[in-house]
Amino acid sequence: MHVSTVEKAEIMDQDQIRRALIRIAHEIVERNKGLEDVVLVGVQRRGVPMARRLAKYLAEIEGREVPVGELDITLYRDDLTLKADQPIVGRTHIPFDVAGKKVVLVDDVLYTGRTVRAALDALIDLGRPQNIQVVVMIDRGHRELPIRADYVGKNVPTSSKEVIHVKLTEVDGVDQVVIAEYE
Amino acid sequence: MALKGKDILSLREMSAEDMETILSTARSLKEILSRPIKKVPTLRGKVVCTLFYEASTRTRTSFELAAKYMSADTVSIAPSGSSVQKGETLADTARNLEVMGVDVVIMRHSVSGSCHFLAKVLDCPVVNAGDGMHEHPTQGLLDIFTILEYKSKIRGLKVAILGDVFHSRVARSNIWGLTKMGAEVAVAGPSTLLPPSIENLGVKAFNRVEDAIEGADVVYSLRLQLERQTKSLFPSKREYHDMFGLTKRRLALAKEDALIMHPGPMNRGVEISTDVADSPRSVILDQVTSGVAVRMAILYLILGGRE
Repeated sequence: MHVSTVEKAEIMDQDQIRRALIRIAHEIVERNKGLEDVVLVGVQRRGVPMARRLAKYLAEIEGREVPVGELDITLYRDDLTLKADQPIVGRTHIPFDVAGKKVVLVDDVLYTGRTVRAALDALIDLGRPQNIQVVVMIDRGHRELPIRADYVGKNVPTSSKEVIHVKLTEVDGVDQVVIAEYE
Repeated sequence: MALKGKDILSLREMSAEDMETILSTARSLKEILSRPIKKVPTLRGKVVCTLFYEASTRTRTSFELAAKYMSADTVSIAPSGSSVQKGETLADTARNLEVMGVDVVIMRHSVSGSCHFLAKVLDCPVVNAGDGMHEHPTQGLLDIFTILEYKSKIRGLKVAILGDVFHSRVARSNIWGLTKMGAEVAVAGPSTLLPPSIENLGVKAFNRVEDAIEGADVVYSLRLQLERQTKSLFPSKREYHDMFGLTKRRLALAKEDALIMHPGPMNRGVEISTDVADSPRSVILDQVTSGVAVRMAILYLILGGRE
């Protein structure tokens, strides 16, 4: 199943990732006029550490803790019947009721929009949020569904032959965003 | 790792890797059972058929709920009220179900090996829900899952399996599964209810249940299967309880934090006393909950689209 890729260029380094997340944290506060009813939900896997970092920055800005949940979208994928083997189901752990909350959904890359679509369905199965907002580190275009991000770390025009790797210390041991190409 | 399209027939034949995949998937899926709306769309459009030639409450309900929580459709066939009563063969019944679009057949049957037979007849996957005195692989997996929830490991644990080992498919699946994952298994019961050469499966065998319970991390009481016994293998139920039953006094020999398990349905006051069955160390109802999660994992992993 593993497809090998060749890295072409670094798009973001550790400082740029940190600054982008701090900027997004400010935007979340501004847009929601504070943090009343705001909760963060990270999409497994790299959305989860991103959501935790945002919670830390939000606490520094506003002096209050924002709850963080983990969402696995595997069971909501629309391509299960196309795969040779079933993908591994990750952990969903949302330690709060999403009903009535402003849910900030956090993921690493926005591409076709299908992951966000699955995440929206998964979230709505857990309750009726007041609204849902989307944070991504990289928006690389090529949408196949009418979905957009509310907060973007960086817009990166890509071709469909390319692939974006968002690497985070918590998962990958390094903070870096690279663009690669299929071999 | 590739379980898709596979039959689940026995733990003897299942690799440790496949067992781990099922157990870790079940760990993720268990969260769904605690939701207010217990439904995910994953198996929409799939049809799960339960074909039970023997009585069952837990296993059948567990499979059907597992299928329903994942949005599959379910049909259930029992011998009474079906063409089985008119003398239709198992192969014919199953083939007919398959051509109606069933994606998986889950079968319980009184004949050992019947599920292996069915798997040869059908193209779709077959799941063994108990075949005679042979195996009950999903029970073995849910028992291992339950132990893992409390002990976080299997390797090195001492597990005592007590009672009617001879007639027990649950015992056989647990022995295969637990020893494969590194547990030390001891069985004990009257010699009439222990299969000869059971040690060949890699377990210790005792006639005194105390010898197996001594220092155990898990004490597993088996149901006395009166329906499978044609001759008198022990004098009376009362004497069986006195000699081989799991009582508070005997349990005191196990580790202080030992888990008490039973596959159900319990014969209270026969193989297990009521105070033990209802004690705080009993995880008998946790086993039932685990069963739904494990069966959801199995259905998820073996179903999915055809290539």
